[in-house]
Amino acid sequence: MSFSSKSALTRRRFVTSLAATGALTQTRSAHALTTGQTLLPGAIPPIAQTHYDLTVGRTAMTIAGKSLNAPCIDASVPGPILRWREGDDITLNVTNNLRVPTSIHWHGIRLPAPMDGVPGISFHGIPAGETFTYRFPVKQSGTYWYHGHSSMQEAIGLYGALVIDPIAPDPNACARDYVILLSEWSDVAPHDIVSNLKMQGDYYNFRQRSLASLFGEARQDGLGPALHDRLRWSRMNMSATDISDVTGTIYTYLMNGQAPDQSWTGLFRPGERVRLRFINASAMTFFDIRIPGLEMHVVQADGNDIEPVPVDEFRIGVAETYDVIVRPTQDRAYAIFTQSESRTGYASGTLAPRPGMRAPIPPMDPRPVRTMVDMGMGNMHDGMKMEHARKPAPAQHDDMPDVDMGDMKMDHDDMADMPDMAMKPAAPPIQRDDPGPPPINVENQNVAMMPTDRTGSPGDGLENNGRRVLNYKQLRATRPGSDPRPPTREIVLHLTGNMERYIWGFDGKKFSEAAPIVLRRNERVRFTLFNDTMMEHPIHLHGLWSELENGQGEHRPYKHTIISQPGSKLSYLVTADAPGMWAYHCHLQYHMDLGMFRTVVVL
Amino acid sequence: MKKTLLLALFVVAPTAHAQTATPPAYIDGMKPIMDESNYFHGILNQFEGRYAPGGSAFRWDGQAWYGGDYNRVWLKTEGTQQRGHLSDGDQELLYSRAISPYLNLQGGIRADLDDGPERTWGALGIQGLALYQFEFGATAYVSDRGRFATRLEGSYDFLLTNRLILQPQAEFNLYTKSDPRRQVGAGLSDVDTGLRLRYEIWRKFAPYIAVTYSGHLTQARRIAHDQGDPTGTLRFSFGIRSWF
Repeated sequence: MSFSSKSALTRRRFVTSLAATGALTQTRSAHALTTGQTLLPGAIPPIAQTHYDLTVGRTAMTIAGKSLNAPCIDASVPGPILRWREGDDITLNVTNNLRVPTSIHWHGIRLPAPMDGVPGISFHGIPAGETFTYRFPVKQSGTYWYHGHSSMQEAIGLYGALVIDPIAPDPNACARDYVILLSEWSDVAPHDIVSNLKMQGDYYNFRQRSLASLFGEARQDGLGPALHDRLRWSRMNMSATDISDVTGTIYTYLMNGQAPDQSWTGLFRPGERVRLRFINASAMTFFDIRIPGLEMHVVQADGNDIEPVPVDEFRIGVAETYDVIVRPTQDRAYAIFTQSESRTGYASGTLAPRPGMRAPIPPMDPRPVRTMVDMGMGNMHDGMKMEHARKPAPAQHDDMPDVDMGDMKMDHDDMADMPDMAMKPAAPPIQRDDPGPPPINVENQNVAMMPTDRTGSPGDGLENNGRRVLNYKQLRATRPGSDPRPPTREIVLHLTGNMERYIWGFDGKKFSEAAPIVLRRNERVRFTLFNDTMMEHPIHLHGLWSELENGQGEHRPYKHTIISQPGSKLSYLVTADAPGMWAYHCHLQYHMDLGMFRTVVVL
Repeated sequence: MKKTLLLALFVVAPTAHAQTATPPAYIDGMKPIMDESNYFHGILNQFEGRYAPGGSAFRWDGQAWYGGDYNRVWLKTEGTQQRGHLSDGDQELLYSRAISPYLNLQGGIRADLDDGPERTWGALGIQGLALYQFEFGATAYVSDRGRFATRLEGSYDFLLTNRLILQPQAEFNLYTKSDPRRQVGAGLSDVDTGLRLRYEIWRKFAPYIAVTYSGHLTQARRIAHDQGDPTGTLRFSFGIRSWF
């Protein structure tokens, strides 16, 4: 096998790796036992399997000096990497050894609703001491992950990677193939984090503007403008430094379960192509990823192949996955550097020709500062576009002027391609479910007056940094979408929240106050998201694909999680081809749990 | 179970709108997330010794709440211990309802409990964040004897650094009628104000130094003066701001 295996490492390093990941000396996973091999973090099992016996239990673990009695799968954090094959029927017996109910959700996997693993919505959950059998056919390939969906267990260790081999030969097959799973580790319990944020929304933000930082800003922008900008934010009762609700103040950022000083290492021989499957399994952190000295070719987003995009850096939102291919030619170590968006910490690892090598870690970039664009007040150079964005437009195509040029073209192309439809005078009028701008209320602080299309932006803190940074417009699927129909309905949703009270929701309502979103079976729907908050939200729809309308026409990328940037507007298409009840939510753990969640029912 | 689910799906029949009024039937009534939890927090904004040649004092001012996003129960307490006497002892039990992004409506009872004569009041007010992140509270009181009073409070956190915070704070009390036994005068009766410089060792524990002034104003000033008490004292203070 070309994968990194135990034999590829010295015994010393192997032993330290075990010690580093903590509890691995305890019983290893059943699947590891059946394959008769203990795998290093990040190493993909050599053979795909169809049958698993997994155990959820608690294990005391210490990472980077922070001890936690973490719920974990087969006594390791992250849980074992599961390797499946497209077309197989998978059976997973998950036994719950916790004293509380648990669940495992297969993130991004298309499966029957009762197998999705969300308590209350798709099944009962797995009560203490019981075993639940997940059984479903695998109809897709790529890099995914799995995680708990019960009482914030995901935030403290219940997650793992999922790799699915395609039936057809993999166009991106590489000599080396590693999973790089990013997450956070804290000795503060999730419920305490939530409680602290309820009392003080900026509890974990120690990077706020202060008198001390005024001097720097005044030097850069002049005292007048610096003061003016501060007053403007202050007047709104918001903070331009509100980047991440939970930060490196309490988090240690992990790569494959290892703290930066442990430096997870993937081996390569100079000249080899190395595939890195990045998974953001964290609860609250966006990471900006680069490998100084190496160009990365992004070949897959959320499990689906895209036309390769050469980049120096990319942002990965919570729950997203990106596969990149690198080709290190020199006989030296390279740092895999993944700094948190708040720049309060980083996870890092090493690509090296030999174990034990290290590469210099670059300094972290300055933390981003939010601007009026993030408040949905548009961009002064972009007035025309904004006018449009807020204009209520009954017609179907004209209402997406800044997002959709590619798709407009696509619709016409499709008609030309399809003999049956050639005579059709026009697409049916689109029905618009638009509640209008949300009210300013207890649960909503702001309405984006001029939301902009930000799919062409790599994200706050990454614009104009001198590097080539991936943006959503660059994601172009290698295959045209499987459903060429134009949408017949548009569902407009506003992402809302009150940072001061720490309440999150859609349309100014949290989950418990809102009705479900109902889709008809096989209906083709456009979801349009307005982000009225000043933060990024990775929006995840269970069970169905979200096809991002990013101007790539019929080659629009299929995603399971879509980042909605602050003050932005974007849209994606959904074919409601899987009946049942599905979860739909922001994947930031504490945004989801405090209300940014809806049930989607496909009838 | 499957039957329940199917039934639930029929109940939410497709309509012209994405969102129907009928909530879906969650399996076993289990909700996937708990966004209606209750929380309990308390904060001691002032817990300080005040020193001056004319007389030292100990003062506390704190509040605690229990509840969710909209409805909370508040307990507020303040008091000053000076020369063996407890004055300005003020306890409030309030129900609070969130009414806007930053404001809460509060109503309940206030009891003046200290070494002076007891008074009981009904209370109604608002508390929250005004523009420019200015914390304030304004409460109107009506006593069991048909008197009216108003309290205005405000404070502002000025970040010198992320941990070193300068906080100006003031509290004013106004009354419609004088109450000499409590050294209360008609009109603007008393003020308690401070300029505190705290260092947040961690968020929940911040020692501070301060300059504080507490005193009687207008008519109350004459009342205090006639009773031989100081009318107002500027003191050097230090204390601890903490919360849980």
